[in-house]
Amino acid sequence: MSWFTKTVFSTSVGRKVIMALTGLFLCTFLAVHLAGNFQLLHQDGGEAFNLYTKFMTSNPLIKAISYVNFAFILAHVVWGAYITYKNKSARSVGYAVNNPGKTSSFSSRWMGVLGTMILIFLVIHLKDFKMAYLGITKDLPMVTYTLENDEKVIVKDMFSEVNLEFHEPIVVGIYVIGMIALGFHLFHGFQSAFQSLGLRHPKYTPIIKTVGFVFWGLIPFGFAIIPLIIFFR
Amino acid sequence: MSGHMNLTLKVWRQKDAKSTGKLENYEAKDISPDMSFLEMIDVVNESLIKKGVEPIAFDHDCREGICGACSMYINGEAHGPKRAITTCQLHMRSFHDGETITIEPWRANAFPVIKDLVVDRSAFDRIIQAGGYVSVNTGVTIDANSIPIEKEIADDAMDAAACIGCGACVAACKNASATLFLSAKVSQLALLPQGQAERQIRVEAMIDQMEEEGFGNCTNTEACSAVCPKEIGQHHIARMNREFFGAKLSSPKK
Repeated sequence: MSWFTKTVFSTSVGRKVIMALTGLFLCTFLAVHLAGNFQLLHQDGGEAFNLYTKFMTSNPLIKAISYVNFAFILAHVVWGAYITYKNKSARSVGYAVNNPGKTSSFSSRWMGVLGTMILIFLVIHLKDFKMAYLGITKDLPMVTYTLENDEKVIVKDMFSEVNLEFHEPIVVGIYVIGMIALGFHLFHGFQSAFQSLGLRHPKYTPIIKTVGFVFWGLIPFGFAIIPLIIFFR
Repeated sequence: MSGHMNLTLKVWRQKDAKSTGKLENYEAKDISPDMSFLEMIDVVNESLIKKGVEPIAFDHDCREGICGACSMYINGEAHGPKRAITTCQLHMRSFHDGETITIEPWRANAFPVIKDLVVDRSAFDRIIQAGGYVSVNTGVTIDANSIPIEKEIADDAMDAAACIGCGACVAACKNASATLFLSAKVSQLALLPQGQAERQIRVEAMIDQMEEEGFGNCTNTEACSAVCPKEIGQHHIARMNREFFGAKLSSPKK
């Protein structure tokens, strides 16, 4: 093995770098995804959202990044599972009485379970929307919009599909629970990533904590509130 | 006697490394709140000896909080419910009359149980042997004042050097990771002028040894610092990570 593969496969510090870098990349993805989701709240019958969806699925740069994104999700899951397995095997006999709640946060101890919840959510989410958009599970109706320069564009009516789904109480429930799991996952994960990368200093750790709140608090809240708004609208 | 306590102990008993152990119940009668936790075990052991029962084996040495021998997982916490102390500095006033106290050995595959509450912590020695030292192969001792160092840096190095190698960090970590222990030594020597020469080979060799011993991966739960009797901070782990990346990217070793 080269020094690089040896570092990232067979040292604990190197393995955590993979988790940190893939995790932080996925955090930036969340921010972009949420910005797009806000198009759903336009009271325009879905025009802004449908045109945005068309752009996101046809722009070559965005498409390339989306493949990287899927690869990073996979890497984060596989590495996470491997690290969890290694960590479980470091203590075959556990404690009869254990009180970890007094010394560490809930989030930090349940990262694997929270991550699994997010993975299940992701599978449901991709099945609901990505597969529908790709025409695998559904045949979405087409809709025509006239742009400002009088150009006519015909796009798939993704908005009506999202609108339909977000009127199902079970779907809205799954989204809210998924985002709660995401919030707890990032409560530990975001700042932990910087620690794994060795970035901890009295000068900038407070900034990491503040930006962390955006990722574990505001972004999951934003994702969860959109289906709720649509449901109750 | 007034103020004295009667307690029930659930203690891990294991004949030797090969046997499977189990928790046994013992009564600790007439315990003074002023006793240390180890003195309480001494009293229980006296009574066990009188009854012809094998006394409870446990590690202890200095009994003044600086040697790190007294490894006990008490009521689900390394060194018991108090912070910044070892078991010998824990006093029975932290418990109440009638309480049941569960006492277990450190649990980690890298720390196999030898007998009862005694575990083999020589994995820590092997990690230190891998690079946790400074080689001075020649010459006389240089006058201390000829090596300038800032007070803040010397203080930080001293805080890291306070590690007594007790293993509470591993015991409390959900992953049985030795990262805090390792980082204390790496950080201490990385901060000091004397540690510079072997800085890169040290961190690489020590981390390799940690992997070999079978400790888990650090997931930054910070439980280690919370239970550390010397309150060694998380910034030492961050520094060790930086040291490791720097060494991996630029050390002379291929």
